[in-house]
Order: sequence, then C-alpha cells, then structure tokens
Amino acid sequence: MIEGGEQMRSVRALAAVVICLLAASDVALAAEPKQGGILRVYHRDSPGSASIHEGATYSVNVPFMPIYNNLVVYNQSVAQNSIDSIVPDLAESWAWSKDNKTLTFKLRQGVKWHDGKPFTSADVKCTFDMLMGKSQQKFRQNPRKSWYDQVNDVTTNGDYEASFNLKRPQPALLALLASGYTPVYPCHVSPGDMRTKPVGTGPFKFVEFKANESIKLTRNPDYFKKGLPHLDGIEFTIITNRSTAILGFISGQFDMTFPTEVSIPLLKDVKTQAPKAVCVVEPNNVATNIIINSSSPPFDNLDIRRALALALDRKAFVSIMFEGQADIGGTMQPGPAGLWAMPKEMLETIPGYGPNIEANREEARKLMAKAGYGSDKRLAVKVATRNIPIYRDPAIILIDQMKSIYIDGELEVVDTAQWFPKVARKDYTLGLNLTGNAVDDPDQSFYENYSCGSERNYTNYCNKEIEKLFDQQSEETDTAKRKKLTWDIDKKLQEDVARPIIFHSRTGSCWQPYVKGITIMVNSSYNGFRYEDVWMDK
Amino acid sequence: MFAYIVRRLALMLVTLFGISVIIFVLLRVVPGNIVDILFDAAGFVDPTDKANLEKELGLDQPIVVQYLRWIGGLLHGDLGYSYVSEKPALQEILPRIPITARLAGLALLFSASIGIPLGVISAVNQGTRLDYALRVVSLSGLSLPSFWLGLLILMASVSLFGSMPIFNPNPKTWTEAIAIYCVPAMAVGFRSAALTMRITRSSMLEILRQDYIRTARAKGASERSVNYHHALKNAVLPVITVIGIEAAFLIGGLIVTETVFNIPGIARFLVEALRWRDYPIVQNLVMLIAVVVVVTNFAVDMLYAAIDPRIRYTD
Repeated sequence: MIEGGEQMRSVRALAAVVICLLAASDVALAAEPKQGGILRVYHRDSPGSASIHEGATYSVNVPFMPIYNNLVVYNQSVAQNSIDSIVPDLAESWAWSKDNKTLTFKLRQGVKWHDGKPFTSADVKCTFDMLMGKSQQKFRQNPRKSWYDQVNDVTTNGDYEASFNLKRPQPALLALLASGYTPVYPCHVSPGDMRTKPVGTGPFKFVEFKANESIKLTRNPDYFKKGLPHLDGIEFTIITNRSTAILGFISGQFDMTFPTEVSIPLLKDVKTQAPKAVCVVEPNNVATNIIINSSSPPFDNLDIRRALALALDRKAFVSIMFEGQADIGGTMQPGPAGLWAMPKEMLETIPGYGPNIEANREEARKLMAKAGYGSDKRLAVKVATRNIPIYRDPAIILIDQMKSIYIDGELEVVDTAQWFPKVARKDYTLGLNLTGNAVDDPDQSFYENYSCGSERNYTNYCNKEIEKLFDQQSEETDTAKRKKLTWDIDKKLQEDVARPIIFHSRTGSCWQPYVKGITIMVNSSYNGFRYEDVWMDK
Repeated sequence: MFAYIVRRLALMLVTLFGISVIIFVLLRVVPGNIVDILFDAAGFVDPTDKANLEKELGLDQPIVVQYLRWIGGLLHGDLGYSYVSEKPALQEILPRIPITARLAGLALLFSASIGIPLGVISAVNQGTRLDYALRVVSLSGLSLPSFWLGLLILMASVSLFGSMPIFNPNPKTWTEAIAIYCVPAMAVGFRSAALTMRITRSSMLEILRQDYIRTARAKGASERSVNYHHALKNAVLPVITVIGIEAAFLIGGLIVTETVFNIPGIARFLVEALRWRDYPIVQNLVMLIAVVVVVTNFAVDMLYAAIDPRIRYTD
C-alpha cells in the first residue's frame, strides 16, 4: 500500500513535471514573436503634418514615432517613464561631465536614413540647432523650443560623438531627449519635406499620408536593431467619428483602438461586445484644471480664488466622469504612476484637498462674504471652455459646485480653433482647461505652465520667489532632494491657487488578443509608440 | 430658346461671381486663420515665425489682392495649394470628387426609384391601410436624422453580420463594393426618398381629380395606363423640382454620412478644411458645390420643357 502510494506519488510528480514542461514550452512558443502582418489601427483625427517637432498633440506622435529614432528613448516595454527606463537609441551610450554641464553621446555607426544616406553626428547638431532656432533652416512652428533654454550649443567630435553644452546643470535634459517628441531629423531633408514625406532611421518607413483618410507605414528592412520590427507595416485609418471607430474595432476591422482614447463608459461597451479584446485603463498625465485670470476682477482678489479652490469636490468629478477611475493630485501626476507627486498626507494639508467638503465650503463662504458676496449678492461669471466633451463635461460640474459658494457660472463654449488663441490672449475670466504633460518631469511642467511670461502660462501667475525654486530643483542632481523641492513647489502652487488642479484622468486602450507587445505608458501619452516590439500571434 | 439659354448662362456666371465674393469674405470674417490655429494649438507663439508663415501663405496681403490672386489662379486652372497638406489643392480635391459623386448619384437614384413609385401607390390607394403605412414610413424618413440612421445601420450590421460597410478604396468583393456605397447612399437618400414620396403623392392626388383623367377612364383606359401614363407624367414636374433642390441640399446630408461611414469624399473634407481654415480647399470646394447647384438648377429648368410640351421658353 505504501509502495503503491509512493508509486502514485511518483506518477503524479512525473505528470506534474510533464505538465509544467508542456506549459513552459507553450509559454516559450507563445512568447516567441512572429514576423509579419499589418497592424490596423484607427486614428482619432487627421494630424496637421508628419513632423513631430512641429506638432503639439499626440495625434502626430502615435503614427509617426515609428519612423524615427531618438538619441535615447524610454524603454518601450516599461510602462513607467523614468530616468532608469531610458535606454540607448541612436546613441550607444551617454555620459555627464564632472560639472554636470556637458552631456556627451557616443553614436551608433552604420545607421542609415530611410533614403540610404548615413546617419552622423551632423544630423544631431542640425536637429537641435533647428530646435534652438540657431539654424538657417527653420521649422514653421517650434512648440518645444523652451525645452532647450539651458543648452548653449551642440558640438560634434567626429562623425559619431555629439555633446550638449549647458548653461547650468539640468539633469532633466536626458528625460526630455527620451521623449517621443524628440526624434533626430536628417540634415539633408528640409523641414517642409519632413512635414509631408518624413525620412527617419526608425523601424518603419513612411509610405503615404492621405489627409482625413489614412497613414501607411512599411517595415524598414535595414533597421539597425536586428530582427526588428516584427510587423510588415502599420496602417492608420483616420476615423473622426468615435462611434464608427469603436464599431470598427468591435467588428474586428481594426487590431487596435487609438491608444488612450477610449473613455471609461465606452470601454464598458467594448468589453461587452468584444469580450476577448484586451483592454487597459491607465493614467495619461493629463490634468483637468481651472484657469483663473488673476489679472482682472473679480479673481484678482486672492480670497475669491481661494474660495473657488475650497469649493471643489474632486471626488464628485472623478465619480461622475470616470466611475471612480481617475486620480486626485497637485500639478505633478499622482503616484504610483507619477514619479514626482507629493505624498497623500501632504496633499491633504492643502486647502480644498481635505476630506470634509462641507467644512471646506463653509470656509469658502466666509471668504466670499469677506469679499462682499453672499446669498443676496451672488457673483456672476462666465466659465469658458473648449467645445468638446472632455472639456465641457467637467465645466458643467464645476458650475454646479460653484453655486454652493454664491458663484453663478454661465457656460461659454468656445470652438476648438478659437480656444487656444482666446486663453493665450487671456480673454477669459474663468475657464476649464486640460493640460497634458509630454514628460513626467517638473522641468517640463513648471517652466511651461507656471513660469512668468511663459506662453502657456494662461493664468498670468508670476511669483519670482517660486521661480527661483524652479531653477533650484532643475539644477539639483540628487533625485531625492529634487523630489522634496518639487513637492514644496507643487504645494505652494496649489496654495497660491495658480491653476487649481481638479483631477488627473485615466483612459482606456484596447487591442485584439492576438496583438502582442503593446505597452501603454502610465505617465505620458507621448512617448510609447515606436511599435518595433509589437507582433501579431496569427 | 437660344437667347433664354444664353441669358441663363450669363446669370449663372454672375451668381458664381457673387458666391465667390461671399465665400471669400465670409471665410476671412470668421475669427482665426490657419496660422493662429497652428501656432496657438502648439501653445507657443513666436511673433516672427507667425509673421513669416503668414507671409509664406500670402495672408499678409490685402484681402482684395488675395481675392484677385485666387480668382486669377482659378481661371487658369491653378487652385493653389492646401495650407495643411502642402499639396496642390487640385490634387487633394480631384480624387474625392468621384467618391462623393457616386454616393450622391446613388442617393438620388435611391430617392427617385423608391420615392416616386411609393408616392403613386400611396395616392392611388388613398385612405387605405397601405396608404397610412406608407405615410408613416415617409414621415419617419423626414424625422430621422441621417447620422442617427447611419449609426443604426452600422450597429445592426456589426451585430448581424459581424462586419460593417466601412469605406475601403480597394474592395475585395463585389458585395463589399456595393455595400460601401449603397448602404451610405440609402442612409442619406432615405430622407430625400420620403420627401419625393410625399410630393409625388400630393401631386398625383391633384392630377387624379382632373377632368381628363376621368375622360381617360371613361374611354376605357386601364388603371395602370391612367395612373402611370396619364397622371404620373403630368404629376412629375413638381417632383423633378424637389429632386433638383434635394440634389443641392444633399451635400449637407453627405457631410454627416461621409463622417459616420468614414468615406473620404468632398463633403467631409470640406468640414475638415473649415476646421483648419484651409482657405484654398474651402474656397474651391464651395465654388465646386456652387457650380453643381447652379448647373443642376439650370438642367432642371431645361427638363421642364422636355417633359411638358406646354412649357416654352420665350426669347
């Protein structure tokens, strides 16, 4: 009996080993990427051009990032962008000088542009000279010129070494260079041609871009990363109607939705009608916020600005719009996806972030009374916002919440074409805005949105003291110290009601189960679309 | 007759000139041009770069100079180039014309081939259940917005067949080719068919009460001959007028239908071009539509004389 039992145990053990081996071989087989296939993705709108450097929306990055390479890039299979996830791309390696004022890249040799010409350090210099406005050739528009404010010049040493010489240390430069917004362009192709017939070194070559119709890319057989890409090509069909696009995905006419574009309610429909689809909901480093024109009455009064911040019930926004799936935080994206967010206990000490909404609003009403407003004398304001649902919906909730502190808001919807000119002119009193961050780094966020005189500082907020702190954190090479400084700055920005952050959104992306190798970045919507590792198991 | 045609043609030219001025001025009255949109969407405005781009696109010139340049180019077959795609406007517009023309033609065909017979049936069966049922159908056709009908068709298609007739420039099968044009044409033509049916019905009812119809019946003509030979032929004039007007209005329906069915025709392209304030595309497309409308109206007027021998255009 004992012998039989032992035999049985041995058989079971053997069976278990066999099952494990079979499972392991199955996993190994499943994990082995297959070559070939065209990835069919729908695109939400027709990008203005194919030139990433001239674009300011990820509608450009998603289809065109696969054409290019950067010097360095965020690891495409790691969801969280950080300094640790930066990997070599056209650069083989990089090194900071001892004084942290020179960043030198050793470049790969033997890399060719899609038109067959060799890639050299001259292309790196050309690209960044153009970005800094130091070149004869000019971009039509250069929205990220300020990223390179601290770069004195870019110098080359032979064909395969390029150095960025800085005015002062700026550790964040590497993070900016790793963004999907920072590809290297060829010297020999004009900016005009890069808008219509882009040439890169990347895994896919440009085939055609028919405005409002489609964008087609084909495999680059000479890609310098051997064995990549796995796909034969990528086809983006431009479908502006969201319902049609989603139905196309559900019916299997597309392998993937446009990344981070499926709203939470729509995601439910997708999961019901295409239960096999793989769907994820991730934060995208887009903050919904209130822009207050502090240079004109009545919001030149700090008490009224503070009252407004105190009136916010952020959880209500999150619950109504995202069924609870969004995050509350300050300027920097909340954790765990965001790297620089202040701890929850620190956040809750900021007026308006405490859990007792009624107490906050009571305090707000006192501030309003101090400013001369009450139930018998209500403040009437127009709440301007862009006429698309992701702007309009929270604006309506905001108007409702403001009623509790004697403010009667009237919704003023503005055509997309007019929205940015209007806020840039500061032609508004109160507005609801969305701010997307290309890189999860305080340098990008603080200088762009809160620096005195910055074009994107829509609220006219200007605090010289805090500006010094911006520089201090920017120069700090010790990450822990920089993080602490960032928290203090973020807290101060919220206390100053510079641009009250309501919530940080989350959005969905779906793909068919046979699509493998997709990684949706969790702290940026701009950096994860190289597609060189994507393959199809069919 | 000849003098009438010449007069009409001259009038058409004056109308087109007026339209060209109105389009041009209106486009420039709308706030924001493409330079504003490009720069402000980017969130960074360098006044020098902005001024350079305005100069490059000729937007720094006085409006009269801009107009004369456009009209001069148009008369020489040079439509300018798209500010967005930076390709010649003609190259952008030409491939889209046959797509929309096919769709519009099919929609009108659907409208006439469904609307006229059903209108006749409804009239000759006045007051019956069939008449009421057809009137309900025609009312629903007038009430359903075409974008909603389009979406319903797409949802039904996905739910029943697991696929949907989304546009494909290279259809693999005949059925696919038919589906990608016919289904959207039906969606956009349904409203027009309903209108045609109602007009046909009311016109037929009026004609059927005429003395000569009674005379035809008294002479022993069959019901079929009375309805289709004697009555319909005389009732069709207002129907042709309506179809002509519908042809002009069709572009509005096509904008939503092309968007819902993702068809890269000129109607959707026009909306996108407007969004970007892509003046050369918008101006030329609106002119093209204006030409189609004016020519259709002219053709309808000519048709009257061909159909009804009582109508004579005097010099």
